[in-house]
This record gives sequence, structure tokens and C-alpha cells, in this order.
Amino acid sequence: MSEVAQRAPLPNPPPLAGEGRIGAHDGTDAEARPVFAEERRILGVRASSWPGIIAPLVIGILALTAWELTVRLKGIPHYILPGPLLIAQTLWNDWGTLSQSLLITLRITFAALIAAIVVGVALAIIFTQSKWLEKSLFPYAVILQVTPVVSIAPLIIIWVGDINLSLLICAWIVAFFPILSNTILGLNSADHNLINLFQLYRASRWQTLRYLRLPAALPYFLGGLKISGGLALIGAVVAEFVAGTGGSASGLAYRILESGYRLQIPRMFAALIMISLTGIAIFFLTSWIAHLALRHWHESAVRREN
Amino acid sequence: MTTAVGAATRPLVSIRNVSKQFANGTIAIRGVDLDLRDGEFVSLLGPSGCGKSTLLRIIAGLGAPSAGTVEWPTASHDVSGEAHPDHGFVFQDPTLMPWANALKNTMLPLTLAGVGNGEAEQHSAEMLALVGLKGFEKSYPRELSGGMKMRVSIARALVTHPKILLMDEPFAALDEITRHKLNDDLLALWWQNRFTAVFVTHSVFESVYLSQRIVVMAARPGRVMADLRSEAPYPRDALFRTSPEYAHLCRVASGTLREAIAA
Repeated sequence: MSEVAQRAPLPNPPPLAGEGRIGAHDGTDAEARPVFAEERRILGVRASSWPGIIAPLVIGILALTAWELTVRLKGIPHYILPGPLLIAQTLWNDWGTLSQSLLITLRITFAALIAAIVVGVALAIIFTQSKWLEKSLFPYAVILQVTPVVSIAPLIIIWVGDINLSLLICAWIVAFFPILSNTILGLNSADHNLINLFQLYRASRWQTLRYLRLPAALPYFLGGLKISGGLALIGAVVAEFVAGTGGSASGLAYRILESGYRLQIPRMFAALIMISLTGIAIFFLTSWIAHLALRHWHESAVRREN
Repeated sequence: MTTAVGAATRPLVSIRNVSKQFANGTIAIRGVDLDLRDGEFVSLLGPSGCGKSTLLRIIAGLGAPSAGTVEWPTASHDVSGEAHPDHGFVFQDPTLMPWANALKNTMLPLTLAGVGNGEAEQHSAEMLALVGLKGFEKSYPRELSGGMKMRVSIARALVTHPKILLMDEPFAALDEITRHKLNDDLLALWWQNRFTAVFVTHSVFESVYLSQRIVVMAARPGRVMADLRSEAPYPRDALFRTSPEYAHLCRVASGTLREAIAA
């Protein structure tokens, strides 16, 4: 509505300032809605995100170049420190063995992560339904968490017998606690007015869980998942180190041990890099899942125009 | 006096000698007697700490009174004799589920009552249109302004077509222009649907503008000081705010509130 139209034929008596329909053109207060940043995208990535991608890449390339040059100019033997080019070459040449080991480590990592999600979320739900169960069992979850997995891995391997299952249990012990504690926190942090509202409508326990507590816990759970994804990998690798199984069906950690014994240092680096890259990939995967799940509503996934 | 008040013989809600003492010993309200009649617009006006929100929550069934009774003579009762009044509640904050869009938020009471999705969606969309949010069904709370979120909250409270709408300072956090607009829209909804409205506020002007009846409360301990009646006819609009009648009612209510604060 234009200024002129608003002042057109005045009723008698005229409305006072502030009494008119200022800012209510369409009958709602829609004009006061928040504004969100709409950004140009380059190759599907926000324009403002590119410096965050390019800058570390440049640093990485510079560091690798300096490494290669140092190794070459100083004539450092490859069994002390191999250059990045030699490592890349080893990665290429040994891909058959290494990729098989990677697959084994990945299998344990993801099995452990899934077990951590299932057990962590289930325990969190049970704990928040019964304070007594939480009080009686939570301390043991903490004990499980604070005991270094390296120190109990040999016991687990002896007791369980099956090596893959032992590795899975070790990785699970490391991975499940962040999911458990974060999900408990999330389930307990539903808005108390919303809880009152559910009481008002006589919602059942199950309805309150399904429509209120679980959605409210989602951001917390996903935060825990990001931590647990990395921990599952660390747990799997640490357990493999302790187990130290030989043969073809061994994970990346065993390849590192093996290369150490045989002074195949380039291969050791190659395996190490594969573990790091796997960790990074898991982090991006869990972050991406969190983004997809929260992008519509959670503050962490929203960019506001100030 | 409008016809709605005094017409029914049995009150919708009968509050008898209700007191509430919290666990820490604080007496929030003491000896409140109040009858709410079908279809009337009542404001509970008082300074902060006078227990008006506590009283509203007790009426809603959120927390039992320490003493006294709240009876619903006309509501349905289950086998154990517990009343199942149908009420809607609007909190001071919009209290929306951030993970659900406006339509899903409005649907909540129907979903909890086991109403099928299709039917619930249809009712909710109609209710959103009634509160002026047609076209915003798919918007998430974070995409809406403060006033719009409050409208969703009102739509959710009204979607079950309750007999009584309980509101706890719903517009206190909004700017004055938005508040005036929402006051007008609330009156229009009430006028069309004829639910009983109980409106908690600390604003004399808001209570006078909206209500047929203003229950003035005093603090420490919370108690009813006066029960004022307003004869001003509906529909009321911006002109009512400048009428001598409005000024007179504001003077009376302010005077009573001053006494309540001094008491």
C-alpha cells in the first residue's frame, strides 16, 4: 500500500498513529519474517565456503613440496623418511593388499558404529524412561568409557575367541558412549512448555517420545554420531594393533605393524594415510547426514542475514 | 451487558477456594473463588507475582491446587469421575516444535487425539487460514516472525474447537503494532467461534480492550481483589480505544490495580 493510499479519504474521527494497519499489508505480520542468506554457488559449493577449501589445500601442497624437496636435497633414506611421491607410488603399487585391509577395517568400523547407534540410542531411551535404571546402570557405562580399550582388548580377545567379534566389541566400547550421553542429554532437553502441552492433551509416554523427545534429541544425537564415527575407526585400529593377526584377512593396523617389522616405511605411511583419509571421509559423511537432517530447522544448520 | 454473560445457569468452570503453595513454602494464590461462564471473555489482570499464571495453569489441569476445587459442571467425566474439559492453551512463548512446519505444529492436538492425517491436515489448514496464515503452512517456525509464530500457537490451541481458550500473556513479547493487530484478530476469532476466553495480562489497556470481565488480582499472596464488568459492545475496533467508555474503564481498572499493588 502506498503512502498516498493510506492517507486517502479519512474516516471520522481519524485513526491515531499506531492504530492503523501499518506493516500489515496482507493481513498478517509476514513482513517481519527473518531473512536468510541466499548465496551464489560455485560447483555446488557456497561462494563464501571456497576460501575455506582453497586455503588449506594451498598449505597442504606447499608442505608436501617442502617435504619432497627436503627428502631429495638432504638425501634422506626412504626407510627413515620417504618422500610424498614415493608414498603415493607405494599406495598405487600396493593398492591390492592395502585396499583389502582397508575394507576389513571399514567393515569393523561401520559394524561397531551401527552397534553403537543401536545400543546407545536404545539405552538412552530406556534410561530416560526410568530414572532408577539410569542411576543404576549409567556409572557402568562411564567405567566402560574411561577404561583404555588397549588395556582390556587382550582380555576380550581371549574371552570371545572369534577375532572379528573381539575387534567389533573393542571398537564398539570406544564408540558408543558419546552417542549414549548425547542422546540422554537430548531426550531430557525438550522444551518444558512443550512437555506441558503434551500433558495438557493427555499424550501417552510413547506419543511424547515419538513426537517430542526423539525429535528434540536429534541434534544432540547427531553431535554424538560425529564424535563416535571417528572413535569407531580409532577403536577398530587400536584393537587390530593389539590383536596383531597375520595373514591376508588383516586390517590396516596390521599392515602398519608388518611394514614396521620389515622396514617398509613407505608402505607404513601409505597405510597411515589411508586411515587418516578414512577418518576424514567418516567425518564428512556424518556431518552431511547431520546437515540433511537439520537443515530445515536447527540453528546450527541455518545462516541468518544480520 | 452482552447476552453471553449470565445467560447460562451453570458455569463452565467453577473455582472454589483454590490455594496453591509451592514446595518451597511460597503461597502463589490463596482462597480464589471464581466462576467462568460459557462464552465470556475474561482477563486476569495483576502485577507480576500475583499468581495469575498459576491460576491459569490450575484451570488447565497443569498442576493440582494445594487446596480447593476446580469443577467443570458441563464437561464430560470419565469413569473415575475425572473431568475431561476440552481446552486450548497458549503460552507466553509460541512454544512451537522447531522441527515441524506450521501445519504439523497446528495438527499436534489432533494427532495426539488419534485423528487421521488427512482429516487433521484439512482442519489445521483451515485453522491456519482463519488466523491469517494461509500460504505459510509449509513454513518452519524459524522462518516466521514473532507475531506469526503466536498465530500458529493460537491456531494449534483452537484446532480442536475447545470450549475454553486459556492464554498466558500471549502477546507480552510482541511490539505494540503487532499486539494491537493480534488483539483485533483474537477478538474476531472469539466473536465468530464463541469459546470462553481467559486471558492473563499485566496490561490494563489490553484487558479493557478485549474483555467483558476483568478479574484484578493482588500479590503476596495471590488473590482476587475485584471482578469488574465491561458493558462496552462488540465488535470493538480501533475507534473503541479512543472512546470515553474505554478511557473510563481504563481509569477504573488502573485504580483497582493500584489498590491491588498497594494492598
